[in-house]
Amino acid sequence: MPALPLDDAGPYVAAAYLVFLALILIYVSIMATKLGRIEREIGELSELVERRSERSDERDQERV
Amino acid sequence: MRATVSALIRKDLRLELRAFESVPAMLMFSVSTFVLFHFGLDRSSLAGDLAAGVLWVTLLLAAVLGMNRLFLAEREQGGFDGFLMAPVDRTALFVAKAIVLFCFLVAVELVAVPAFVILLLEPDPGQALPELLAVLLLADAGIAVVGTLIGALGVQTRARDLIVPLIALPLLVPVVIAASEASAPLFAAGGADAFPARWLVVLALYDAVFGLLAYAVFDFLLEE
Amino acid sequence: MTFGRGLRALSIASAALITVAFALVFFYAPNDADQGFIQKIFYVHVPMAIVALCGFVAGGVFAIKHLRSGDRADDLRSYVAIHISLVLAVGVLLTGSIWARASWGHWWVWDEPTLVSFLIVFLLYACYQPLRFSIEDPERQARYAAVFAIVAGAFVPLNFTAVRMAESLTHPRVLSTTGGAMPGEMRLTFIVALAGMACLFVTLWRYELASKSASIQLRSLKRRLAGDDGLAPLNRSAAPQHL
Repeated sequence: MPALPLDDAGPYVAAAYLVFLALILIYVSIMATKLGRIEREIGELSELVERRSERSDERDQERV
Repeated sequence: MRATVSALIRKDLRLELRAFESVPAMLMFSVSTFVLFHFGLDRSSLAGDLAAGVLWVTLLLAAVLGMNRLFLAEREQGGFDGFLMAPVDRTALFVAKAIVLFCFLVAVELVAVPAFVILLLEPDPGQALPELLAVLLLADAGIAVVGTLIGALGVQTRARDLIVPLIALPLLVPVVIAASEASAPLFAAGGADAFPARWLVVLALYDAVFGLLAYAVFDFLLEE
Repeated sequence: MTFGRGLRALSIASAALITVAFALVFFYAPNDADQGFIQKIFYVHVPMAIVALCGFVAGGVFAIKHLRSGDRADDLRSYVAIHISLVLAVGVLLTGSIWARASWGHWWVWDEPTLVSFLIVFLLYACYQPLRFSIEDPERQARYAAVFAIVAGAFVPLNFTAVRMAESLTHPRVLSTTGGAMPGEMRLTFIVALAGMACLFVTLWRYELASKSASIQLRSLKRRLAGDDGLAPLNRSAAPQHL
C-alpha cells in the first residue's frame, strides 16, 4: 500500500513531471542566450564585411 | 617488454626503499583512521559488516594517497620525457606502475590489517585467513589498475591531487561493495560464516575488465 | 560540417511523442495495484534513466572514435552527449527522490539499486567538466577527456551489476512496478515515453552540436576577416573550442 492516500500523491507526481519540464526549459533558455550571442557576432561580422567592401570601393574610385 | 617492466619496477621499489615516502605515509594514515573510527563510531570493537566497511574504506582512502604520488617523480623530474624517448613499448610503464602500486598496497596491508585486528576487530579471523587473503589480493589488483590509470590521468592536469580521488573513488565503488560483502561474513561476531565466493568472481571480473581497458587506453595519456 | 540537419523533423517528433506519452500516462494507463497514482512518476523517471545511461555509453563510443581518428568533431559529439546525460542524471536523481518520498516517506532510499547506481555514476561524471577545464592544451584536453569517457562508459554497466547484486539479496525492490510483468497498457505507455525521451535526447544533442559548431566557425570567420588583433583571446573552457 502506498504511504500516502491518493489525494496527497498528486502534488508529488506533479512535482516529478515539473522537474522534467523545468530541466528542458532551463536548457532551452541557455541555448537561446547562446543563439543571441551568435546573432550579435554575425552582426559584427557583417559590419566588418560592409566596411571592407566600402574601403575597396573607395580605393577603386580613387584609382579612377 | 618484460625487461622494461622489471627495470621500471626495480627503479621504483629502490626509490621507495631509499626515501620511504609512500608506504609509511599510507600506513600511518590507515592506523590514524582506525583511531578516528573508534572515536567517531564510539565503539571499542566491531564485527560483521561494520568491521568490513571500516577496513575497506580505510584501505581505499590510504590507496588514494598512494595514487597521488605514483607518477609524481615522473612528472616533476622529467621521467615522462625520458621514458618516451626510450625505444620501448609504452604500455610497459602502465604494467610496471600498477605492479608497484599493488606492492605498496600489499606492504601497507601487511601491517594495517593486523593493526585493525588488534585495535578494532572483535572476533578472531584466524580460521578465515585464506579467504581474507584472496579478497585482499583481488581487491588490491583492482585498486592498483584503476589507481595507476587515474593517477596518470590526474598528474598531468592542474588540479592533480584533487581530481584523482574525485574520479577514482566512484570508479572503485564496485571494489568496495564486493570486498565488504565478501569479508563481512569473515568478521562475523560468532565466528566466520559461510564465505560468499560469488563476490570473488565479481572482483576478478572487475580486475579483468579494467585491466584490459586501462592497458588499451594508457598509451593515449602519454602522447605528446 | 553541419550538425543541424534534420533538426526540425526531430524536434517535431520529440514534441509529438512526449505529448502522446503524457496523455497516455494520465488518461490511458491504469493505476498500479501497489502504489496507486504515485507510480505515474515511473513513466518519466525510468525513461530518463535509460536514456541518460545510453548517453553516457554513447559518449564513450564517440570518445573511442576520437582517439582512433583524431577527429575533433567526435570529441565535440562525446562532450555534448555526456553533458546532456549529466543534466538528465540530475533529473533522474530528483524524480527518484520525489518518488521515494511519496512512496516510502524518506527523501532517499538505499534499497533502490537504480537510484544508488545513478548517484555513483553522477558523482563520477560530475568530474568530467572539471577535468577538461583543468587541461589547457586543447588537443590534450580532448585526448584525456576521451580516456575518461571510455573508462567511465565501461564502468556504468559494471557499477549497475555490482550495486544490484549488493542490494537485491537483502532488500526487495522498493520502487519497482507490480512485480515482473507489466500489463499491456502500461507497457505501451512506457515504450512511448521511452521513445519520446530518446528522441528528445537526440534533438537536444544535435541542437547543442549545431550551436557549438556555429560559434566555432564564427570565430574562425572573424579571424579571417578582422585578423588576429581584432579577436578577443579565447578563455579557458571545458567545452571543445576548435573543430
